[in-house]
Formats: sequence, structure tokens, C-alpha cells
Amino acid sequence: MHTSWLLIVLVVLAGISFYLGRSRAMQSAGGDMRQLHSLPNFYGWNVALASLVPAVVIFALWQAVQPNIINRSVVSMVTTEELTGGALNLVMSDVRRIANGLDAAISRGVMSASEARDLSVGDASIRQQLSAVGTVVGAEVSDNVLLAAQRYRAMTATGSLMQTALVLIVAVAGALYGLRQTNRDFRARVSVETVVRAVLIFAATVAIMTTVGIAFSLIFNTIKFFNLHPASDFLFGTTWNPLFRGGSSLGILPLLWGTFYISIIALLVAVPIGLFSAIYLAEYASPAARSIIKPALEVLAGIPTIVYGLFALLTVGPLLVSAFGPNGFLGLGWMRGGSAVITAGLVMGVMLIPFVSSLSDDIINAVPQSMRDGSYGLGATKSETVRMVVLPAALPGIAGAVLLAASRAIGETMIVVLGAGAAARLSLNPFEAMTTVTAKIVAQLTGDNDFNSPEALVAFALGTTLFVITLILNVAALYIVRRYREQYE
Amino acid sequence: MDDLRIIERTSNMNDIKISAKGVQVFYGDTHAIKDVDVEIADKTVTAFIGPSGCGKSTFLRCLNRMNDTIDICRVEGSIAIDGQDIYDKRVDPVQLRAKVGMVFQKPNPFPKSIYDNVAYGPKIHGLARTKADLDEIVEASLRRAALWNEVKDRLQAPGTGLSGGQQQRLCIARAVATAPEVLLMDEPCSALDPIATAQVEELIDELRQQFSVVIVTHSMQQAARVSQKTAFFHLGNLVEFNDTDQIFTNPQDPRTESYITGRIG
Ligand SMILES: Nc1ncnc2c1ncn2[C@@H]1O[C@H](COP(=O)(O)OP(=O)(O)O)[C@@H](O)[C@H]1O
Ligand SMILES: [Mg+2]
Repeated sequence: MHTSWLLIVLVVLAGISFYLGRSRAMQSAGGDMRQLHSLPNFYGWNVALASLVPAVVIFALWQAVQPNIINRSVVSMVTTEELTGGALNLVMSDVRRIANGLDAAISRGVMSASEARDLSVGDASIRQQLSAVGTVVGAEVSDNVLLAAQRYRAMTATGSLMQTALVLIVAVAGALYGLRQTNRDFRARVSVETVVRAVLIFAATVAIMTTVGIAFSLIFNTIKFFNLHPASDFLFGTTWNPLFRGGSSLGILPLLWGTFYISIIALLVAVPIGLFSAIYLAEYASPAARSIIKPALEVLAGIPTIVYGLFALLTVGPLLVSAFGPNGFLGLGWMRGGSAVITAGLVMGVMLIPFVSSLSDDIINAVPQSMRDGSYGLGATKSETVRMVVLPAALPGIAGAVLLAASRAIGETMIVVLGAGAAARLSLNPFEAMTTVTAKIVAQLTGDNDFNSPEALVAFALGTTLFVITLILNVAALYIVRRYREQYE
Repeated sequence: MDDLRIIERTSNMNDIKISAKGVQVFYGDTHAIKDVDVEIADKTVTAFIGPSGCGKSTFLRCLNRMNDTIDICRVEGSIAIDGQDIYDKRVDPVQLRAKVGMVFQKPNPFPKSIYDNVAYGPKIHGLARTKADLDEIVEASLRRAALWNEVKDRLQAPGTGLSGGQQQRLCIARAVATAPEVLLMDEPCSALDPIATAQVEELIDELRQQFSVVIVTHSMQQAARVSQKTAFFHLGNLVEFNDTDQIFTNPQDPRTESYITGRIG
């Protein structure tokens, strides 16, 4: 509530600065826009940005640093007992919870501000009072913790006050500085350009840093896992059997096998159908047909994968069992349950059809019309032209599209969870239940495993494996697609 | 003996290969060609000249029914090759295009080897019974396109790796390989440098021995250099059609005169 008000005030200040900057510029030019170096709005923007940008930067820095400083000074109050690592974290989170609870109590009028400040353990039961405002605190609250919480509250309050004051001062000072700069010869347009560029660079940096951050967190946790569990078992073990008590076998091979098996079935479905529909769309369909089919395929691409998962579980699985099951009309008895590699593979293939077809459609359309004209001009038919000129020309791009589809298939989770079952198995039979890397990541992290046990940390090792595989596939695909694009520049 | 040869030559000049009557072309509502009559002789180079957008390419593309590949295009009137109406329902446009070869403005070799580029037409039309036959056709076509000596050592290299002029000659070889009777060329030199242009022009003059050649060009010098007959198009009309010498020295229509003296562009 408090911080959002501060931000609103900043925006209002920026608006006022804009107006002042603009009118000051007009004044300095004697009301004649042609006398100005830049358009009047640029002067307005310049002043507004001078007020807004430094204030927001300081606001953000303060916001990042303040909790650290407060934590550090409060920690010293509770470390009298011998607390380390996890236990200390628990106590600190209690401290923060109580502090927030007190805030809530005050704002709801359960306590007055002075009551909260003078509260001590002796007073009635704090737990009851706090739970009345929705804050649940673990053990009976100790003296130290309560004191720490009150200190925490006090420091947070002063901190925020100082933050507000500083930010407002900077905003006003920035506006004044911007206004002083403003006169008819000032190159406002150039200085606005600089700020725009800085904002864009910042956005790009955030995107890259997040990716790097994700990669590092994966790597660190994977190293942690390998310190607790032998790498040889993970990389070469052929059984996947996580146990609660430890001593689990965590071999990735059955999971990788399931992943590849399901992906291959998916690609066998998606590539021919997707490619043929792309050829139809690009080469044969009339504009009217194209204007209906293309959006329809795109709608298919927008369906959330959980819906495909339901489709696998409730429709495709039972349908396959009714054909290949023990009482199926084919009388083969190959399939015991609806959850099977083939179920997940088929449905995943359907999911990938629009992906393959829309990528291939773009690539086929990128083949220059002059190629087709050349072929028609020699008396080739449409299908000869497609088969002998268009497809060979588009082949590298289509290969890239297939690799991208493969990397989507490998990363897919919901369809596997609902369609393929949960059994980690090394088998060639596509009618058996199997599972994949992604599905097991979910299973290991949503179970009751202690977060520092190898059974939970293995999720990061699995994630890293997946990350590496899909990264290689994507890089290869992008490389191929780009080389193909250059061919026709 | 001499007399005989002269008679043969004049009769050739007078052989009508293509005869177009009352041709109208529409792109949707745009009336691109308005009631054009023209007769194109065998074993001659006929040039189409005229300002940009006057319908030269459109008319050229009527002659091998390439306009069929454009959905909104509609052609009326009659065009006959050797007396056979090519817009007749019984005529297969695909077969027709093998008989009427086409070379485009921008060289457009397929992303295949030089050999496969030339062998493309013979393969789809089944013109060669054996690999040796095919080799022979490829070599003969490349020779006829004056390209053989430059590429004979790298027939398996990609056609797209040749220079612009070589690519255009490769496209000519590719068209020649299907043994056409008429060769249509739409500004075949506009993407080439002067030296490559001179080579292609020389080639066109030689091709006249075997084919009836129709060439669209925006360069009047080129028309004067390579053609025997010239047709001047303006705003979709055929304004004047005559011997090339006549058109350039003694134009009958004031519009033709304005164009060749540079007053309409
Ligand atoms: N594919 C097409 N679709 C619609 N209009 C076209 C198309 N091709 C040509 N035209 C129109 O037909 C007219 C003649 O074009 P074109 O035959 O290409 O002229 P030229 O080759 O003499 O420069 C122009 O007005 C052009 O805009
Ligand atoms: Mg043209």
C-alpha cells in the first residue's frame, strides 16, 4: 500500500515536470515552436525523465538493500542460542511473520500502535492475538524472538520513512535540474534518445541475466546433488527407484529412454501431417481456404497442454485399450491400461502438428516464387515442382523446424503425466506405461522429500540434463534455419 | 543451288509460328492487355518493347499459359501455335510449357547442381532413355547456351554458385534442354553486366537458327541489335508491329516515335 502510493506520487511528479518543462521551453522560445532545437514534447519528456529515472533507481536499490541490513542487525538478537543454518532461517522467518502480524493487528484495530510496541511475552497469549488476524506462529514465542520482531518492525518503519523522503527529494531535485537545463538551444531530443537507449539495454540485460541466473541455480544444485549421490549411478544406472529412507537408485537412463521413445512417436505423427498440411497451405490452398485453415491451426497451437493431457487420459487411452487391450476388438491383448507410451506419443504428436506446420509453412513461403516459375516454365506440374524444387530448397529449414519440434516434445510434461503413466521402465513395447525426465522432476519436487536430500536434488540434475539436451537441439535448429535463410538473401 | 537456299530462307521468314487474335488480359478489374493481334514468325527474334507496366510481360506469359498460375488472371481471345489453339480445353498447359520454353528476368537456377538444373526438364518429360542419353542432352544444351567450356569440369557444383551471366546462360540451357520450339525471354539481360549481356545477346542470335525467339526488353538498343521484328506496346495496346529496321528508322505511329526518341518513358 505504502510503496504503491509512493510510486503514484512519483508518476504524478513526472507528469507535472513534463508540463513545466514543456511550457518553460515554449517560453524561452517566445511561444514560437520553430525557435526550439527540438519539438516541445521532447523538453517535457526530458524533465519528466530527469525527475523519474533517478528516483526510481534509488527506490529500487533501497528496496533491495534494506531487508538485508535489517536482517543482519536483527539476527544478532536471536543468535544467543546455538542456532545454525536451517534452524536460524526458521527463527528469522518467525520474526518476520510476527512483525507482519503486528502490523496487520494494528491496521485492523486489534491492537493500538503503542500496545504493539510495548507488548511483552507476559501479556496474554500472543499467538492467539496474532492468529486472530490470520498469522500463524510455530512454537511458543520466546522473549528474544518477540523483541527481535519489534525491533524489526521499528527498523522497517524508519527505513521506509527515510526511503520515501530520499526518493521524493531526488525526484524534485531531478525535476529542478531538468528545468534549469531547459532553454531553446538545449538538445532535448538527443538526451531523450540516450534515456530511451538505456531503458532498452536494461530490458535486454534483464532477459539475459535471468537466463544466466537460471542456468547457475541449476548447476549449483546439480553439484550439490552429485556430492550426495554417485554420478555414475545417475548417469549410467538403469533403475529409477527413489526411496524415502535414502539409498535410492536414481539412474536417468530409463527416464531418458521414455523421453526419447515418446518424442519419437510424437514426431512420427507430427512431422508428416504437419509438413503435408504446410505444403497444402503454401502451394495448393486458395486464399479463402488458407484464411480459414491457418487461423484454425493457430488456435490448435494455443490449447494448453493440460487439455491435451485430459484428451490423452479420457479419450485416446481408452480408445487404444478398446482396440489393443485384452478385450479389444482386435483381440490382441497387447495393452493393459490406457496409460502408455503410444497414448502420450500420439497426443503429443497432435499437439506438435500446428507447430510443425506453421514453421514449415513460413519456410516454404520463403522459397522464392522465381523457383516455382522456373519449374512451371519447364513444364513441370505442381506436385513435381513441390517435390523436386520447393522441398529440396526448403529442406534445411524444415529440418530446423523438426529439431525445434523435438525439443518441445522433450520438454513436454502434462501430456506425459496424464497419458504415459509414472513407471520408469526400459522397454521397447510402446503399449506399456513409461515416464519421462520432466514428469519425474515434478514427482520428485512435489513429494514429501526433504529439500536437501538427494531424492529432491536429483530434480536439478534432471533439469540440467534436459536443459543441455534442449539447448543443443535449439542451437542446432537455429543454426540450420539461419543458414538456410541466408541462402536467399 | 543458291536460288534454292534463298527460297528456303524467305519461306522460313514467312512461316507463322504463333498467331494471336483479339487477346485481352484482365488481372481482376485491371485491363492489362487490350485486343492485341500479332503474328510471330518462325526462326526469327521478335522483340517486345514499351514503357514499364504496358503489359509486355503479361502478353509474353500468355504465350506459354504461365498466367494460369496467377489466380486472378483471365485471358480472352485466341492464341494459336502451329495452327493449334493453346487455350483449347484439350491442350495440357504443362505439356505446352515444355514446347514453349521460358527464361526469366532474374536468373533463377534451382538450388541443385549444374547438371541437375539442365537435366530437370528432360527428366520430368522422360526425354532420355539412358544415363548416356541424358549426359548427351545436358552437354548439347550447355554447348548451345555457350556455357559448356566454362562448366564442363564442375557439372556437380551448385548452379547458384555461378556468376550472374553464367546463371542466366544456365537457365537458357535448362530451357533449351526440353527441346522447345519457341523460346520466351522476359528481360533476360536486365540483371546482367554489359559483358554478360553481350554474351547472351550473341547467344540469342544463334538460337534463332533453331527456335522462334520472343524477347521482352526495355533497352531499345538491345531490340535493335538482336531482333528482326519489333512490337511496341503502350498502355496495354499493341501500337505498332513491324520489321525492326522500320520501327527504328521510320515509325508509323506518333507514339512509337515519341518512345524511341525518348519522350515517353
Ligand atoms: N500478378 C499481377 N497481379 C495484378 N496485376 C498485375 C500482375 N502482373 C502485372 N499486373 C499489372 O498488369 C500491367 C502490366 O504489367 P506487366 O505485364 O508486368 O508490364 P511490363 O512487363 O510491360 O512492365 C501492370 O499494370 C501491372 O500492374
Ligand atoms: Mg515486365
